[in-house]
Amino acid sequence: MNKENGFMKLANKYAIFFILLVMIFALSFLSPYFLTGQNLINVLITESGRGILALGVAFTIMSKGIDLSVGSVVSLVSVIVASMVQDPTYTARIFPNMPYVPAIVAVIVGLVVGTLVGVINGMLIAYTGIPPFIATLGTQIIARGIALIITNAYPVPMLRQDFKDIGQGSIGVIPNVVIVFAVIAILAYVLLNHTKFGKNVYAIGGNVNAARTSGIKVEKNLVAIYAFSAFCASLAGVLITSRAASGIATLGNGYETDAIAAATIGGVSHAGGIGTVPGILAGILILGILNNGLLLLGISPYLQQIIKGCIIIGAVVFDMRKNAKKR
Amino acid sequence: MEESILEMKDIVRTFPGVKALNDVNFSLQKGSVHALMGENGAGKSTLMKCLVGINPPDSGKIILKGQQVVIPNPLVARNLGIAMIYQELNPVLERSVMENIWLGREPMKSKKSVFVDHKAMYDNTKTLLADLELDLDPKQRVKELSVAKMQMIEIAKAISFNADIVIMDEPTSALTNNEVEHLFSMIERLKKRGVSVIYITHKMDEIFRVADKVTVLRDGTNVVTKPVAELDINSLITAMVGRELTEMFPKTNVPSSDVRMEVRHLEVSNLIHDASFDLRKGEILGVSGLVGAGRTEMMEAIFGLRQKNAGEILIDGQKKNINSPVDAINCHMGFLIEDRRLTGIIPVLSVKNNTIIANLDRYKKAKMFLDHKKINKDCTEYREMLNIKTPSLEALIQNLSGGNQQKVLVARWLLTDSDILILDEPTRGIDVGAKAEIHSLITKLASEGKSIIMVSSEMPEVIGMSDRVMVVCQGRITAMLDRKDLNQETIMRYATSTNGHAAA
Repeated sequence: MNKENGFMKLANKYAIFFILLVMIFALSFLSPYFLTGQNLINVLITESGRGILALGVAFTIMSKGIDLSVGSVVSLVSVIVASMVQDPTYTARIFPNMPYVPAIVAVIVGLVVGTLVGVINGMLIAYTGIPPFIATLGTQIIARGIALIITNAYPVPMLRQDFKDIGQGSIGVIPNVVIVFAVIAILAYVLLNHTKFGKNVYAIGGNVNAARTSGIKVEKNLVAIYAFSAFCASLAGVLITSRAASGIATLGNGYETDAIAAATIGGVSHAGGIGTVPGILAGILILGILNNGLLLLGISPYLQQIIKGCIIIGAVVFDMRKNAKKR
Repeated sequence: MEESILEMKDIVRTFPGVKALNDVNFSLQKGSVHALMGENGAGKSTLMKCLVGINPPDSGKIILKGQQVVIPNPLVARNLGIAMIYQELNPVLERSVMENIWLGREPMKSKKSVFVDHKAMYDNTKTLLADLELDLDPKQRVKELSVAKMQMIEIAKAISFNADIVIMDEPTSALTNNEVEHLFSMIERLKKRGVSVIYITHKMDEIFRVADKVTVLRDGTNVVTKPVAELDINSLITAMVGRELTEMFPKTNVPSSDVRMEVRHLEVSNLIHDASFDLRKGEILGVSGLVGAGRTEMMEAIFGLRQKNAGEILIDGQKKNINSPVDAINCHMGFLIEDRRLTGIIPVLSVKNNTIIANLDRYKKAKMFLDHKKINKDCTEYREMLNIKTPSLEALIQNLSGGNQQKVLVARWLLTDSDILILDEPTRGIDVGAKAEIHSLITKLASEGKSIIMVSSEMPEVIGMSDRVMVVCQGRITAMLDRKDLNQETIMRYATSTNGHAAA
């Protein structure tokens, strides 16, 4: 391997972080508000929910699958948790006879139900052999339907303060949601790089036959992967609901697209077996900073979408060229 | 007599319609290299798949180190110390050397820990590689390595399982000469450790280099088991092919002299070297050679499916640039691909649509619409001409038998007015009756003046059908034989001549 090749490799490897830095640099030059502490924290708060979601979805993509159900899981968890923690003095509660439920119990119920959707996804994919796209598309629609049935499409407002504190509170200057996001990111990093499970994710996505002949229990791992994705989505659902102070059956609509976009921009390959947590984080931040920066610059939010789409396509074209060259 | 580590006794394995192994016996001595030989389909791989639990035998005994064992799946085989290195290597390309070696059994920080101990993994790999004198970085990604290195990783993996039987299925098929030498020294090293190697190969010179004993299988039965010292190339070849020609071939001699296509000095990097030959009008040119010799790759290069590094193709005396299948089709060439299920037929489309798919331009009406009347007329005509047995033209091609699918593909290329038809394994996986029909169809096409290149691994087919036979070995044309000189021994000799010369 010659020197030039080595340099190109390095440049390719860190291109995503370089792009992130360039964006930060350019925006702080263009807008005086961009590089203020408050603005950056705002970016992190806005992106935390989506970021947690993206980390989970990235696992499914790395295993050569996809999870389209995460947006609906956010909605489902949102209405379930919210309906349990409505203010008892509010007369139009979803479940008027609901006894007092501690916030932590409501959260746990929400996480369990949400994660269950992922277990179902994983089992459908592993044991019936239907493609992940179809399985999670199906559960996406079903979960959305359940959320709408529970609430009759009405919002679930007037949540108790102790529940709202979960998402709205902060430790020191750092908001709780950002802390949870960081914890999940670290968890994802450790899972991927330091546990057998992580090795299995890469192997299943990289070459499922090799994984099988090496004695890896592919089916069980698939269930775990989709459960993890749904768990992340559920957690995001709790946090977003708490911040919104209201359960909404359409809260997570379209979140799956943002999650897939962030993972993709972050270098997670849809061909399976490739992806890193720092990459995914960079992907999330690129999208977040783009949103924030374009807003600060007063660019139409509709134009923002067009730019976002172009970036996703560009990232994948770049990624495929990069991988093609090595062959 | 040395200690025998493995005995396989009276192994029988049937697949629907075929008795792949019929009372096969095989015994392996500790620390020896035992070569397993035979033609394609003789049962070598099936026997080994019995041993590693991929296709457990229907009956028969496997006795390992004096104890009878049952091997229902690959995991059991591995725990018994049997490792197989497949011809098609199976690494996770995006991961590192060490992760591939320890995949599925990563060392953990402690017994109960959930964390992988990367340092232990690295150190173990380092020791393992050093032990085998392999100069590899445990952290390097496998996709950056050559095929030979990947193979070495597989061997290292086998050793890390404490395997005492290592099966190598045609390990040299993708290696360069230097790499082959390295593999042989590795095998020596394994022998010194007391590891026994079962070595599947077609290549004569390798047998005499590396093997202690040879077993030849033919049509699922033992033919010979002897120490290498008691054998020579001729006796091996006779043992491998000594079968009567039982099938009848409806060959009519077609006198042909005009050259239709000339291939000159064709080069494809690492695969085809300086290939030159002529194809005459109305001729059936058989192409023989072992699996992996480069026959298919040569045809793909000619048809523009594979990039040529050098060489030219002349058709009817005119130089043609064929860089894509479209160019080839415009030169009136047709190509029936070897694996029709994979790349030939479109299973979910009808017989009719499969027939016309390469030739839609011909049926354009008013520049936009398809002329269904004409399509139906042509399809009906070819269905009758080729005797395609299908309930209707609208039936899905996936519901047809292999032979009839193949005929649909022939029809597809005939519709494009092909003068040159390349048929790659035209009768593979087709039952005997349909085979004869395909054969008479090929002969008929040739007698109508079409030039046919027929790649085939079946000796009787090549000998029975061809006007001339071109033998390919390791990417080189080693012989061009006339019909009168055709016999199995000669073809096999040229097909196994690893240095580009006949081995005898």
